[in-house]
Amino acid sequence: MDITFLIAAIIAVLATVRVITCYHIMHALLYLVVSLLAVAVVLYTFGAPFMAILEIIIYAGAIMVLIIFFVMMLNLGLETVEHEKAWLRPRIWIVPGLFCLVLLGELLFLILQNRQPAAGIQVVSPKQVGMAMFGPYLIAVELVGILLMAGIVGAYHLGRQQGKTLHRFLENNLDT
Amino acid sequence: MNIHPTTAGLLLAGILFVLGLISVLIRRNIIFMLLSVEIMLNAAGLAFVVAASHWGQPDGQVMFMFILAMAAAEVSVGLALILQLYHQLRTLDSDEASRMKG
Repeated sequence: MDITFLIAAIIAVLATVRVITCYHIMHALLYLVVSLLAVAVVLYTFGAPFMAILEIIIYAGAIMVLIIFFVMMLNLGLETVEHEKAWLRPRIWIVPGLFCLVLLGELLFLILQNRQPAAGIQVVSPKQVGMAMFGPYLIAVELVGILLMAGIVGAYHLGRQQGKTLHRFLENNLDT
Repeated sequence: MNIHPTTAGLLLAGILFVLGLISVLIRRNIIFMLLSVEIMLNAAGLAFVVAASHWGQPDGQVMFMFILAMAAAEVSVGLALILQLYHQLRTLDSDEASRMKG
């Protein structure tokens, strides 16, 4: 286990903890971007540089910027932060948090119990990934294309504003 | 302590997944719940890539790309749903959606 993996993993875990304990959504989003960048470094140390670049471009770039623009568009303000602070009292989250921590401890114990002999990690090149994607996984690639198309159409249909048929200029002129 | 790299990567994926699970359980703001689902999906993708590099097979990385595409589609539909919820109810509390009619 090399030191770059260790540093990136610690940064990822700390940033994720900050994400789930933040009251203000913008701070949480920025910490989540930091966490995704740290996960990209982890992917790089596991011999998947192409996946690391995809993680930065799609996750930290496209998806996070989409959510940030969405939060800006909603214009939530300070009142939502106060609500969240009032809801996130310790007696609400201490029991599910405790259960999840017990599950995490069990997971750590099970994984650390029977560790494999040292075989190292093997680098998978992007060429192999491409050959697999457009060879045996061709149907799955087409299904993902259909899923993206359905996502676009569904997002447009759901996000449309109903009941507004007139332009603002025409509305103002109709009043007078 | 000498931990195998695959073990360490799977541990990191498990920790991130559990953190996302805690967040989706304790949060009531629906945007934070969406973010938590993103964290969990990301942790699952990390586990796939770690497994791919353990066996030297490209299947795990192919799955990671599918997870990326699915997360993009999920986040766009989820944000549109949150937009409609906010316009209907003027709040982001996920409990308020239980009294939605029609």
